[in-house]
Amino acid sequence: MTTQFKESIETALHNPNLTGALGRFSEAYRIGRAKAYEGIDFEAVRDQIAEIKCGASANFEALAEQFKAQAEGRGAKVFRTADPAQVKQYILDLAKDKGVQRVVKSKSMASEEIHLNKALEQAGIEVDETDLGEWIIQLAHQTPSHMVMPAIHMTKEEVAEVFSQEVEEGQAPDIPKLVKFARAKLRPKFLAADMGITGANIAVAETGSLVIVTNEGNARLVSTLPRIHVAIVGIEKLVALVKDIEPILTALPRSATGQLLTSYVSILSGQVPNPDGSPKELHIILMDNHRSDMAKDPMFKEALQCIRCATCLNVCPVFRLVGGHVFGKTYTGGIGTILTAWFDELKKADDIQGLCIQCGSCVPLCPGKIDIPGLILELRRRLVVEKGQSLAMKAIFGVVNNRRLFHSMLRMASVTQKPFKQGRFIRHLPLFLSDMTDFRSLPAVAAVPFRDQVRSIVQPKGGEKVAFYAGCLIDFCYPETGAALVKILNKAGIEVVFPDDQTCCGAPARYNGAYEVAAQNARDNIKALLAEDVTHVVSACPTCTVALKHDFIETFKSLGVTDALEAARTLSAKTIDFSSLVKQLVDAGRLTFKEGEALEKVTYHDSCHLKRTLKASDEPRELLKEAGHEISEMYECDTCCGMAGSYSLKLPEISAPILERKLKNIKETGVSKVVMDCPGCVMQIRGGLDKDGAPIQTTHTAELLAERFL
Amino acid sequence: MSATLEAFKVRAEAVSAEVHRFAGRTEALAFVLGFLQEVGVSDAPGCGAVWAAGTFLEASEREAVVSRVPGIQFEVTQEASAASRVGISQLDWAIAGTGTLVQDATAVDKRLVSTLPPIHIALLGTERILEDMGSVLERLRPQQINYISFITGPSRTADIERVLTIGVHGPGRLIIVAVDSFDQVPS
Repeated sequence: MTTQFKESIETALHNPNLTGALGRFSEAYRIGRAKAYEGIDFEAVRDQIAEIKCGASANFEALAEQFKAQAEGRGAKVFRTADPAQVKQYILDLAKDKGVQRVVKSKSMASEEIHLNKALEQAGIEVDETDLGEWIIQLAHQTPSHMVMPAIHMTKEEVAEVFSQEVEEGQAPDIPKLVKFARAKLRPKFLAADMGITGANIAVAETGSLVIVTNEGNARLVSTLPRIHVAIVGIEKLVALVKDIEPILTALPRSATGQLLTSYVSILSGQVPNPDGSPKELHIILMDNHRSDMAKDPMFKEALQCIRCATCLNVCPVFRLVGGHVFGKTYTGGIGTILTAWFDELKKADDIQGLCIQCGSCVPLCPGKIDIPGLILELRRRLVVEKGQSLAMKAIFGVVNNRRLFHSMLRMASVTQKPFKQGRFIRHLPLFLSDMTDFRSLPAVAAVPFRDQVRSIVQPKGGEKVAFYAGCLIDFCYPETGAALVKILNKAGIEVVFPDDQTCCGAPARYNGAYEVAAQNARDNIKALLAEDVTHVVSACPTCTVALKHDFIETFKSLGVTDALEAARTLSAKTIDFSSLVKQLVDAGRLTFKEGEALEKVTYHDSCHLKRTLKASDEPRELLKEAGHEISEMYECDTCCGMAGSYSLKLPEISAPILERKLKNIKETGVSKVVMDCPGCVMQIRGGLDKDGAPIQTTHTAELLAERFL
Repeated sequence: MSATLEAFKVRAEAVSAEVHRFAGRTEALAFVLGFLQEVGVSDAPGCGAVWAAGTFLEASEREAVVSRVPGIQFEVTQEASAASRVGISQLDWAIAGTGTLVQDATAVDKRLVSTLPPIHIALLGTERILEDMGSVLERLRPQQINYISFITGPSRTADIERVLTIGVHGPGRLIIVAVDSFDQVPS
């Protein structure tokens, strides 16, 4: 990551106005959104939207031509271009030709994308944004930090200062007064403008219609008062039919602002009269700017299903800490990372793609059904292919790819860590490694790894066999979790086998774009885990479970590997996470809880991969309750703890405040134990609580349940 | 009150619109004229009201209305609208599910009276409230109509610190006058 980028993160993190505003917003957003969707089948709506938009992107050329024919048949002029420079030139030529002096604009991300205002100003044309948020950032000489709320990063004091400096002195930081001031100052601009520029939220090919959504009413004025109306529309806004409007307008306001509908929606189809009765000139610019390239990409065409609601910003645990400006000048957040890589260039996304913590919070809430973290991972992979892996990463993966070397280094670590070890923690590391232990202690590497311990466990023989995939953390840092798992499965009469040749699951390599390394890890593990005939392959690490169940197949597919696909699918079918397997055994009567136990109250932390990829959030809770625990749910129980593998090493400055928030939520429940299913989360949360000093124990579900069965 | 109107009213009021229901045109007109007087509409500069043509009021009735409330103008221009306190227009349909009014707004006077003055009075036939947007788009078809306006509550913003503030560029008050029978001759 560049120093400049790291600095921009630091600046954002140290801006209390920004983090305060975004933190509060992220909390209110979820409540408002949920309320707005009451009585609506969100899954059905997003299925419809995904289908509509996916169909449209497969058919851009025909839809664009149909749109053009329809709109021109109704008096509009339609200009199609792939090139942002031509968009600007068209508008400049038009302005010159028609003697345009003053332009008013309503909010248009497409115009931000091509930096239109600058071009107009350079040509001596007065241009005013009229959306309040856009006007504020225009006056403040900034760029939007959020697609829906461009000035969300600013306080009323900052707005008052900008108004006082740029428009009229003496403005007080009083929101109603500031809004009234904006109305008064912009009204004459509307009345005097010769050209109005808008974007569009939807463009309907069937009728040549533009659908424009606003709350302030500025788009209605911009499209009504000036004698010329120019609409700049990215071709991804095209849909085929009028009936496609409703599902999009069902989701867009609900997801964007928690409204059932925005104050104003206008459907413009062709020419309308001017206030003086003359026919208004309507120019519609259909802009491509790499959108049709995206449509041709088998993976990234999905991103064209975006309706620009900004949900992926609003629910992102990273966005709420750093805000929009670290992402760049136009599109921000998760989807912004993807759009920047395509509309701008791939290497512009090199730093910002690293911001995605891969927690998947945005996935179940995206109205376009876009796998945003999945696409960001793909960007990461392509960047590595394009520019190669860094030397440090190469060295690490060189080791990870050689199981014997990797494991002997981990064993060595249990000796070399001694100077830093305090009990089971490493609390401080020297020099450049100190970032790693600044905000949380690290677990000491266990003296005897689980792979050695397992040999001395006496197990039932001759019955069902299940293979245990430990993963590096349980094997080398938390062997007690593995022991607990074996103990529980033994109670069900199951013999747990530990294939010695199992190695790293490849998640670290995959999440760093090193797919070749991940593929080798996958091959080694498939061979090791399928060697013996077992009913299940169980893991007590959700990230490893996801690797075995999903990522091996995906990695092979991305690389075009076909020879190992079938074996990967066989492994996938056998793979199951710890809690789901134990729940099945309990439900089948093969495991019985001790009766009448009244155990302490606990709180449960949902690990990202377990909840959102493996969809197991009820299973561990039901097990805890059946065992006799009461669960006191923490606020944001399924928000990432900030661990995310190597993320916490690359961006400790972001990982730390995410953890801090998690610890606060845990502490507020007042319980003395926090339970989770992931050793990575255990590492982060236990290490954080150790530094914090709070008397709260961190436990893996397997350990808590180990003694609870008959 | 019909279930549809009740649902519409709840939704519209939730977004700060004011909803009034009347049995007939006489009562509705009396309310409108009383309201205009109350908010100080007169023929003094900047105190007028602009009324976009519709079926609610016959052309022959205009003179009587103006004599009751001087300042009402039926000649809708940009200048008159920008200088008026109130704009009045007739809406074609409404959506119960979202509290939305819908209008064929191709005629520019309808847009001027509902965008520029700080108060918009929307006249609506009670029987014209439909279930959802799809039902409206079957009746007001973008295939035929060049400018369709959906209005849900007054103009609003939350662009500064996400604090909801009413009346940015459009009207700060939306008064919905729902009339059961438009056909009744006013006395």
